[in-house]
Amino acid sequence: MNNILKAITKDSFVLPIVAIIMGLILGAIVMLIGGYNPIDAYSALLTRVYGDPYDFGEAIREMTPLIMTGMAFAFAARAGLFNIGGEGQFLIGMTAATVVAVNLHGLPAYIHAPLAIIAGAVFGGLWAAIAGFLKAVRGVNEVISCIMLNWIGLYLANFVINHFMLLQGQNRSEDIQPSASIAIMWLSEMMGNARVHWGTAIALAAAVFFYVFMWKTKQGYELRAVGFNQDASKYAGMNVNRNIVKAMFISGMFAGLAGSFEVLGVFQYQSVMASSPGTGFDGIAVALIGLNNPFGIILGSILFGTLTYGSAGMSFSADVPPEIVRIVIGAIIFFIAAQGIVRWVLKPFYAKRKKEKVL
Amino acid sequence: MDVLTIIGQLINTTLVFATALIFTSLGGIFSEKSGVTNLGLEGLMIFGAFAAGVAGFYAQDAGLSGFGAACIGVLAAIVFGVLVSLIHAVASITFKADQVISGIVINFLAAGSTLYMVKLLFDGAGETGLISGFDKVNIPYLSTIPLIGDVFFHAYPTTYLAVIAVIVTYYVLYKTPFGLRLRSVGEHPSAADTVGIKVNRLRYIGVMLSGALAGIGGATITLTTTGTFSHNTISGQGYIAIAAMIFGKWNPWGAFGAAVFFGLAQAVRNYVQLFAWTQSIPQEVIYMLPYVLTIIVLVAAVGRSSAPSALGQPYDPSKR
Repeated sequence: MNNILKAITKDSFVLPIVAIIMGLILGAIVMLIGGYNPIDAYSALLTRVYGDPYDFGEAIREMTPLIMTGMAFAFAARAGLFNIGGEGQFLIGMTAATVVAVNLHGLPAYIHAPLAIIAGAVFGGLWAAIAGFLKAVRGVNEVISCIMLNWIGLYLANFVINHFMLLQGQNRSEDIQPSASIAIMWLSEMMGNARVHWGTAIALAAAVFFYVFMWKTKQGYELRAVGFNQDASKYAGMNVNRNIVKAMFISGMFAGLAGSFEVLGVFQYQSVMASSPGTGFDGIAVALIGLNNPFGIILGSILFGTLTYGSAGMSFSADVPPEIVRIVIGAIIFFIAAQGIVRWVLKPFYAKRKKEKVL
Repeated sequence: MDVLTIIGQLINTTLVFATALIFTSLGGIFSEKSGVTNLGLEGLMIFGAFAAGVAGFYAQDAGLSGFGAACIGVLAAIVFGVLVSLIHAVASITFKADQVISGIVINFLAAGSTLYMVKLLFDGAGETGLISGFDKVNIPYLSTIPLIGDVFFHAYPTTYLAVIAVIVTYYVLYKTPFGLRLRSVGEHPSAADTVGIKVNRLRYIGVMLSGALAGIGGATITLTTTGTFSHNTISGQGYIAIAAMIFGKWNPWGAFGAAVFFGLAQAVRNYVQLFAWTQSIPQEVIYMLPYVLTIIVLVAAVGRSSAPSALGQPYDPSKR
């Protein structure tokens, strides 16, 4: 009991919660300034997400890729790398999964679907590993190479779809083979055709993998050591360069998986895109809200997914522009990042607690 | 069309696209030379483009000429850019937040709040009203030089301003005491503090200058290319400007060169389909070429980055 109480009152728990509350309050203030009723807006938002099974399923669909791209950012961050390239890794993973899912025929589902998923993961990982390799070998700043790889990934994905798999007269690929689909049909039927899929389960499993790998294995220890202090790690006999490439590869695998889920589970085809979908960048926000911890990221994507999916309902029934949730999310990240502000707000409470201890 | 005309037009379009990138990457240099990472350039550009669109529209509505309204737009963009950059400054300098994160926050806030405000101001529409913005101007005498005149001396005033900004930035950074102090704060803040330089004050100035310049950068796009502000007016230009800054090794002239390079890459797209032999190249390959080239150049020539040593670290006097 005491342990639970201690966990709840710990800074790493209290600060994000307070930051979220402050973000929501700030959003409410902005709504008031715009002449909207924040209580109506927030309740419309929640009703939209948790009101009926279809929307609940769709909200979960929205959260799933965010868990993956969030972990992609966090995994690299733990190793001291700034993977801003989740966007490109997402697209390349998506494209690899589409290629396997569309072009292989006659395979049984229990081989085809896993094969497509693995293709997405591996190619997403390789795409990220390019940035890791350039950093390790030539010292190229991974931020700039990731930005470049995002754009290259976008056009490469479009190139592959346009030239090899285009559905006649459409701006998208042919449909994937049914054997590659990871949609959960029975659950989908129960939830009014919401596009639920096995990717959600894989994402949760991936979070467990993240935790075990990072905190329970020697390799994870090495990655974190490199993240803390490269020179000390080198002195301790670790191969820093190999760890950089490895961290980026695994990081990219997470983002690649996110892309493959979208094709195999949700859309069943891949569109030619005019601009990046933004899932990789949203993942950065999710990772920041989740403090780069896999379970925090799951909570972060529940929050992020609820806000973004619910925002549609907000504009529909309360007539509030849905962009307001971007402000709320931005404010939440701001308060989490600038913990000094939150501590300052909490100061009266902290002072009180200390006094009790003295007594 | 003959080849010379096409090349001339290509260069002219290049300069149009490069202008916004030049301003913004110069802004990035001011911030990062002072030791504050600024990943929020994209957001600052969005705010600038928004402010220029809204202020320009209302100024024009109030009866100002196109040029006058555009100037009001630029001023508004500067004010907005500075104000928003203060969020980044307060979080990362005063409250010692992670600078990367606080930059990303700016990008998030920008995407959301500008559209929110546009919808409030324009009855739910997703974009501002159309404005005429800047017109291309002829530089007297020089613009009459055959070929060269049309290419270099018939351009938007913002383009000339951008070139002037590069020269001024270079002069300020490397030839004035202020520039020396700003750089010292980014290289070795505790040493700077020891000799009486106010580290945090200079960093605030660096970040605010980045806000002003990125704001102008965003305004340039509204006032010359699009004539209106909507959700995709900026779409990644700020990130390219960051790339241009790093590509140019945090040097104003380097950033200028890199910005022109990216501008050329954007301009080339408009001319790809003109010749028979270029039509066989897939469009996507042309699109990705500049980014591939950037990576190749970084790998081959630039190598180890030359960022300011104290970049990204909040200054804590107690750790001196």
